[in-house]
Amino acid sequence: MTTLTPVLTATWGDDKPWQIDSYTRSGGYEALRKALKTDPAELVQLVKDSGLRGRGGAGFPTGMKWGFLPAPDGGPRYLVVNADESEPGTCKDIPLMLANPHVLVEGVAITSFAIGCHHAFIYVRGEVVHVYRRLLKAVADAYAAGHLGKNIHGSGYDLDVTVHAGAGAYICGEETALLDSLEGRRGQPRLKPPFPAVAGLYARPTVVNNVESVASVPAIVQGGSDWFRAMGTERSTGHGIFSLSGHVERPGQYEAPLGITLRELLEMAGGVRKGHELKFWTPGGSSTPIFTAEHLDVPLDYESVGAAGSMLGTRALQIFDETTSVVRAVSRWTDFYAHESCGKCTPCREGTYWLKQILQRLVDGKGQQGDIETLLDLCDNILGRAFCALGDGATSCVTSAIQYFREEFEAGMTSPASELFPPQRSALFDYTPRRSGAAAGAVHA
Amino acid sequence: MTQTGYAPDVRTRLDEDAAQIVARYPQARSALLPLLHLVQSQDGYVSRNGIEFCAETLGLTTASVSAVATFYTQYKRRPNGEYTVGVCTNTLCAIMGGDEIFERLSERLGVGHDETTTDGKITLERVECNAACDYAPVMMINWEFFDNQTPESAAAVVDAILAGEDVRPSRGPDVVQPFKDVSRTLAGFLDEHADEGPAAGPASLAGLEVAREQGWSAPSFDAAERAAAEDETTPDAAPAQSAPQTGGEQSSAERKPTTDGDVTPGGPESEPEEKR
Repeated sequence: MTTLTPVLTATWGDDKPWQIDSYTRSGGYEALRKALKTDPAELVQLVKDSGLRGRGGAGFPTGMKWGFLPAPDGGPRYLVVNADESEPGTCKDIPLMLANPHVLVEGVAITSFAIGCHHAFIYVRGEVVHVYRRLLKAVADAYAAGHLGKNIHGSGYDLDVTVHAGAGAYICGEETALLDSLEGRRGQPRLKPPFPAVAGLYARPTVVNNVESVASVPAIVQGGSDWFRAMGTERSTGHGIFSLSGHVERPGQYEAPLGITLRELLEMAGGVRKGHELKFWTPGGSSTPIFTAEHLDVPLDYESVGAAGSMLGTRALQIFDETTSVVRAVSRWTDFYAHESCGKCTPCREGTYWLKQILQRLVDGKGQQGDIETLLDLCDNILGRAFCALGDGATSCVTSAIQYFREEFEAGMTSPASELFPPQRSALFDYTPRRSGAAAGAVHA
Repeated sequence: MTQTGYAPDVRTRLDEDAAQIVARYPQARSALLPLLHLVQSQDGYVSRNGIEFCAETLGLTTASVSAVATFYTQYKRRPNGEYTVGVCTNTLCAIMGGDEIFERLSERLGVGHDETTTDGKITLERVECNAACDYAPVMMINWEFFDNQTPESAAAVVDAILAGEDVRPSRGPDVVQPFKDVSRTLAGFLDEHADEGPAAGPASLAGLEVAREQGWSAPSFDAAERAAAEDETTPDAAPAQSAPQTGGEQSSAERKPTTDGDVTPGGPESEPEEKR
């Protein structure tokens, strides 16, 4: 039986844990003092040895990413924290920064020191004002306490940190789009190579790391790589925040070793909504192929989820019970991808547009013969042909839902989703549905 | 240089703010997004004056500024209401009841998506996932969290706004600030509300509570140190062995490397020792 391992979430229930005094009382900024006395190369090696992999979805080894920076040439190099959490279902970085922004700031300082960066940026999405306030305050207080700024704790090391608010664009979670956005441009992905490690922000060597990855660094410095590896699996080490949402009795954040299963997590969370049963779920946000009840025992680590046909992604476990129309769910996710497609490449821009049209008529019960084949063909023309991962992600829910629930898509040729799966049965509150199908029709009018 | 249509005192204030914003970045153009938030704090939307102001400040064309402003959904092309009421209608919230909440508010206010009430109080929006899925269905007012909504609770908040009353979010400041004030915060000017509100809502603490009930915790640092001291001969497991290769599956690139720099950024063998 796997047990929970609160590390990043451990202080969230404390009194005003976002304040610097509270953070310092619980041992905060000790890791920074320790790091400043350590050779930067040793810090990079420490994080490599810990096995920490990117917590933003892709799972790339964090220490290796740091190690990819070319040798210093005298010019600037940057750390950019991706705090643009927007993947549907993902809701871990935002509560982390709200409750404990200093662990991120400390992680930023240690990471910057390790990679030789003197100006770091935290790019937070603009639609979370209170999180932005707490970050601005945390950075200001960290300067005042000497954790940032000039000659930090007498080490001779200087670091400036800028907290930057985005303005509403899912694509800016893609690391190169984020860099373009941070440079004051439309947030459109760049062609890779060159990778950000070589030519990132202002075409200088840049590390882009997710919030949870960077926030995991102080504890690794304090506890050591073996401490971190004592949690998780051989290749998916450490703790991670698992976010349960939807038709579950106690939705929320559960910090556990990688490799825990949904069955175990559901047990801790009081199970699926009372009187209902699991129908489908996402292991790592809407861009990861859906799973069903047959996947309850898949260890939630990078390898096992991959082997079962999906991706661990951001550990955003969205739970849907048997009242839910999978066609409605997929249709709405597709609306999202069509809306958020940046328009730079044709397969994604046009493909998501057509996916959306076809899915809407299936929701309305007006699907046509051949629609399922057309959906699959469209996905085939997007997957692997889009400029960035947004296009690939847009196909995941479509192809996986057809794989597991093809008959529901077939039913969409004759019956509206709202008749097959009345929406009021899925809602978390009681209401009497109005007569017309106006509500459903309004979306694609 | 042309002058924008702002009154001289307004322009002076905006110039002072802009100078502070530009100073945060190594390159001036990075200031464009916060400058557009600043413009919204003045005009309530990205006005023509505001576009000219950004262009002049950063030495860009107005076309370049407009191209950026129109890319991001938080930048408004028409005067925004004093409060943006956003109902999440992405899949999870929609299915948990967000669609119904949006419809009820739309009926109540007599406006649809991205439309503003005639009194200029409220702009209603369908919003995308706002990273609060464990509190679904979620409503955002001026980008503050209103968790676990029902049609009735959402309508009550909206009625309070229409009646000119203050409204308090679930996780946020004591009172939701008006659109222009929030826009100024987003331009990077810290207001006095950071210490208001809770650290976390109940869902954020769900796992922590289970861990406390069960007496579960992460391994202690001391235990790890002792184990390491006792067993110093244990060779480090090699994460590199299992790590994704650049351009391979699950790497941040996921494409075939096409140049040497792709495989070994910075040239062959950039060892950590070469740093410093």
